[in-house]
Amino acid sequence: MATAPLLEQPPTAVAEAPTVHPGKGILSHWRLYAAISPFYLLFLCFGLIPVGFSLYLSFHRWDGLGSMEWAGLSQYQYLLGDSDFWSSIGNTIIIWALATFPMIFLAMVTAVMLNSAVRFKNVYRFAYFLPNVTSIVAVAIIFGSVFSTNFGLMNALLQAVGLDQVAWLNTPWGIKVAIATLMTWQWTGYNAIIFLAGLQTVPTELYEAARVDGAGPVQTFFRITLPMLRPTLLFVLVVSTVTGLQSFAEPQVLLQTTANESTYSGGPDHAGRTMVLYFFQQTFDNNDFGYGAAVAWGIFLVVVLFSIINWRLVQRRGEE
Amino acid sequence: MASIKGSGRRGIALHTVLVIGLLLSAFPFYWAVIMSTHTSTEIFSYPPKLVPGSHFLENLRHLFDNIDFFGSMFNSLLVAVSVTVLVLFFDSLAAFVFAKFQFPGRRVLFALMMAIFMVPAQLAAIPQFVIMAKLGWIGTMTALIVPAAANAFGIFWMRQYMKSAIHDELMDASRLDGAGFMRQYWHVALPVVRPGLAFLGIFTFMGQWNDYAWPLIALTNPDNVTLQVALSQLNGTHGTTDYGMVMTGALLALVPLLIVFAIGARQIIGDLGKGAIR
Repeated sequence: MATAPLLEQPPTAVAEAPTVHPGKGILSHWRLYAAISPFYLLFLCFGLIPVGFSLYLSFHRWDGLGSMEWAGLSQYQYLLGDSDFWSSIGNTIIIWALATFPMIFLAMVTAVMLNSAVRFKNVYRFAYFLPNVTSIVAVAIIFGSVFSTNFGLMNALLQAVGLDQVAWLNTPWGIKVAIATLMTWQWTGYNAIIFLAGLQTVPTELYEAARVDGAGPVQTFFRITLPMLRPTLLFVLVVSTVTGLQSFAEPQVLLQTTANESTYSGGPDHAGRTMVLYFFQQTFDNNDFGYGAAVAWGIFLVVVLFSIINWRLVQRRGEE
Repeated sequence: MASIKGSGRRGIALHTVLVIGLLLSAFPFYWAVIMSTHTSTEIFSYPPKLVPGSHFLENLRHLFDNIDFFGSMFNSLLVAVSVTVLVLFFDSLAAFVFAKFQFPGRRVLFALMMAIFMVPAQLAAIPQFVIMAKLGWIGTMTALIVPAAANAFGIFWMRQYMKSAIHDELMDASRLDGAGFMRQYWHVALPVVRPGLAFLGIFTFMGQWNDYAWPLIALTNPDNVTLQVALSQLNGTHGTTDYGMVMTGALLALVPLLIVFAIGARQIIGDLGKGAIR
């Protein structure tokens, strides 16, 4: 490899290939290995070993203090029959769906409008992105007051137009709608900017051709914009699936004022208890580290399965 | 061409809808300002207050009486700044290696890193807690800083950036001048990837500033926490939240973040889009 003296080659030929360090063997590259080692060392200590250990842990009973007891598959057996875990999956998916579909729709509409309205585009982009950079804790506190049962802004609005008040944070559906509204508010602008970037790659000739053929705006959207946006849509859907199914801070902060027993309980009737919230409750409230580890692997499986299903759905639609 | 699209009746309708969206985005911030300037009794009255009141200083005093606000803010700054500096250094150094050098195991190591990217946080959470308890880090900021000091996202991002930004001619010229690895990194690579570093730095700072789940577990001493955890404590667990006070805290906690975002907004919003469609 390093037999050809580099200096004899013309500079342009050298420039074609990535730089090769002269010298033989792995040891001669020690500087390169040293430069990438911090990441791998950190990953080893706080990633690989913990993940391996959590698999080991899920086959044991452990309270974090005493000695570990071998439990075989019993933690997973219990998990399969644990109605609390299944209901937390249900809660998570309902909240995810309530947040994601309106969010994707609104983000796409916003992106299409931003793509045609040229003036003040940067002002809009800045303002729409703002909700996403604020901390979930601050946002959840603000939304907690907006959805508060007595004297919350939402109920004041309902009262103003003559409708009955809703105990938002005390009813199963109210809780889910409040969490989903918060997520939609925080992520619509972010995804609109991603869709906008996708829209800007659509060649303008396509739109010209459609207009010449007499296509209206709706037809243009479904025949040109949507198909061209499919890769971006896939990205947005997968990212929202992976992050949305692991929601934790939103329900935790929003519902800790109405939670009676624990800050991880997910509000009245556990209606806002997501999968990750349930993991926290089992692990850090009950100190059931073995079962907590099994729950974590269960969540991982659900997220992977759901991501694959979403991926397939969007892909297959593309082939038709 | 550009001006035609944005004018006329259709343009007005478009901007009307966009402004409504803008108001919806901004309203919760305005609502927080209103609440932080009223007493709790004023907030809990009908009809709701829609203009700022005059009790901001009173709420501020309650806030400072109830939590060690500046202590928590110092902790948050310490964590966010330390992590940002470490991430910028370690990630760009590793990215430089992956982008511009050939060495045995390069492909395998890079693929491994991308796989790591996919592992969800809670899978490692319990053992991480146990390991850090053994190391004596639980309850200290070390537990937040060390595991975050390098990450796969940043290395991947900087590698993509460096591949196109650092020309091979430049690398060859510097090597012919006798520059070693570290000098190439410092004098050739870093100066040309400043915009990429700016994006990664702002992104990292904001992520660390807002981080909540892991600090909530790892910072077991309630008197020594980050700002987000302190705010969450204020929110109360028994339905007795003093909203005026909490809102004042939430707003103050936003200030450093908004400053950083305002500085880097153009960079972040522009690069986010590019990354997603790559």
